[in-house]
Amino acid sequence: MSTRIDARFAELKQQGRSAFVTFVMAGDPDAKTSLDILKALPKAGADVIEIGMPFTDPMADGPSIQAAGLRALKGGMTLRKTLAMVRDFRKDDNTTPIVLMGYYNPIYIYGVESFLADAKTAGVDGLIIVDLPPEEDTELCIPAMKAGLNFIRLATPTTDDKRLPAVLANTSGFVYYVSITGITGAATADSNAVAEAVARIKRHTKLPVCVGFGIRTPETARAIAENANGAVVGTAIVDVVRANLDAEGRATPKTVSAVADLVSALAQGVRGAKQAAE
Amino acid sequence: MNQNLPNSFRSGPDERGHFGIFGGRFVAETLMPLILDLEKAYADAKADPAFQAEMNVYLKDYVGRPSPLYFAERLTEHLGGAKIYLKREELNHTGSHKVNNVLGQIMVARRMGKKRIIAETGAGQHGVATATLCARFGLECVVYMGAVDVERQQPNVIRMEMLGAKVVPVQSGARTLKDAMNDALRDWVTNVHNTFYCIGTVAGPHPYPMMVRDFQSIIGHETRKQMQEAEGRLPDSLIACIGGGSNAMGLFHPFLDDPSVEIFGVEAAGHGLTQLHAASLAGGRPGVLHGNRTYLLMDADGQIEEAHSISAGLDYPGIGPEHAWLHETGRVKYLSATDEEALAAFQLLSRLEGIIPALESAHAIAKLSELAPQRPKDHLMVVNLSGRGDKDVPQVGDILKARQK
Ligand SMILES: Cc1ncc(COP(=O)(O)O)c(C=O)c1O
Repeated sequence: MSTRIDARFAELKQQGRSAFVTFVMAGDPDAKTSLDILKALPKAGADVIEIGMPFTDPMADGPSIQAAGLRALKGGMTLRKTLAMVRDFRKDDNTTPIVLMGYYNPIYIYGVESFLADAKTAGVDGLIIVDLPPEEDTELCIPAMKAGLNFIRLATPTTDDKRLPAVLANTSGFVYYVSITGITGAATADSNAVAEAVARIKRHTKLPVCVGFGIRTPETARAIAENANGAVVGTAIVDVVRANLDAEGRATPKTVSAVADLVSALAQGVRGAKQAAE
Repeated sequence: MNQNLPNSFRSGPDERGHFGIFGGRFVAETLMPLILDLEKAYADAKADPAFQAEMNVYLKDYVGRPSPLYFAERLTEHLGGAKIYLKREELNHTGSHKVNNVLGQIMVARRMGKKRIIAETGAGQHGVATATLCARFGLECVVYMGAVDVERQQPNVIRMEMLGAKVVPVQSGARTLKDAMNDALRDWVTNVHNTFYCIGTVAGPHPYPMMVRDFQSIIGHETRKQMQEAEGRLPDSLIACIGGGSNAMGLFHPFLDDPSVEIFGVEAAGHGLTQLHAASLAGGRPGVLHGNRTYLLMDADGQIEEAHSISAGLDYPGIGPEHAWLHETGRVKYLSATDEEALAAFQLLSRLEGIIPALESAHAIAKLSELAPQRPKDHLMVVNLSGRGDKDVPQVGDILKARQK
């Protein structure tokens, strides 16, 4: 099985550079603006797009991403509409990999088999489900692999060498290294510690390793991208969405362009890095 | 109802923490290594006679166990049916059953070398119990509490602060127990290296539902013995209120394999089951939240809905996974009581027996007026009086005063 994710990382390897992975929340602040943001991301330099599936109780996320999810839900976003948004995006872009990120309950309620079928048809390439550790692989990870979707697992500073093989066993697409113990948007990643951790993970797998949580600036993104196959930015982008809403929380003419500007700056940071050693 | 009934209702969970399809470990990877450590530390403790011996000393001299099993003569006369006994968990140090579990978890935390304890609390009873044992053992204590609950349970907030705990008012979501649990989990993800999360009920990722149940089972074990002494036989029925379900699990568990014992759990029906309530079994469906699969209140898209109860301790959109399983197997019958019924029961018990119950426990008392009169006079009925009502006196006082006007 080869997905858009595999193709994109192969391509980047040839180009000798790391990936810039962006996270945005589906439906934040409304479905139309959110789709416009999505469409603007590849042009601004995103290599891989993660789309948050909004959930009322995102226990591993900080206030920014939690608020973005609640804005989206208030605007009427659902899992079904999130898949519709991916389908719309695919009309003009059939190469940028799309990874859905979120929590298990909405998928469980949708029905695992129908969700996987609908996600695949819509043009989703991979899933990151924060509250499904390898111990619960039979829930979604194994069925996702069968359905032709990558299941991307999080590795964290608490995942030691003994546990890594279990975490990596059914992972595909890439490994997402969470650079801090903590929630999204909290601390700043320490690029030296991250480099060490990435090297450690690479001793266990040939998959690309992308690093997220705690990257906000082009400088940090660049420092991280020197040592990893990709840098993920979420909270900083979501914060720009929020900062460009009107007093009632509605989109303004600046919302999409402000996001695109930040994404361009971050992409330049990542592109300035030399590629991580294999 | 499940056709393949198990040989024993007491053998769960399986090694992966499942009660039927319920339970499990649905948490972020950051927490998994710690949860596996905890599982091991608890298994070691359970197998260590010195652990139980030390617990027993504190249970007796610090908590004040055994709690009495009291024959409520006036209530029995008033209802005119079954003989009603109250299991007096409200007489425990700190005023509720919560202390049984907290003592156990703090002992495990000490074995694991953890110096910082976090907890979530709704009514504040679990927070007070945690703050108390942290004071006793010199541990740092942080309690997450929804901002709404901080308002309606002021006496307990003051108590926790006096005991040296830091109370963090949670401003996210509906600002009640569910949100306090989210924030406690966030703290834990952040401070996983030195922090022990002391969960207040039989919910959360495995091994919590099992561990909390084990610590609370002392309620049922004592009840068996005390009823033998009082009446020479087992009780005929048991009743307890359900938030997450820990006081109920503690009373029920030792009796699950006694088919002659009828068992009833009482959820909070709030304004009524067709309106705002907190009855996850009566009004919810199986889903995944806070580390386990269980019945949850949610919308068609799997988004979690806010619960409502007059009682802060029952105001949670989920229920422990073992209860979800006992519900589906049919072993336990789950009923519900509204805010109004709980208020009436609160006053009834106060007037007839001179015992002011917690609003939580009043939900169990409320169902007596349906269950007891239908039973013969030799029927032995035990109600778990999970906590005392001191914390609720200001809130209930305000409601009653407003009604007099
Ligand atoms: C007195 C009392 N009873 C019951 C409960 C509900 O918890 P559980 O269902 O876990 O016993 C609480 C929770 O705060 C409580 O304080």
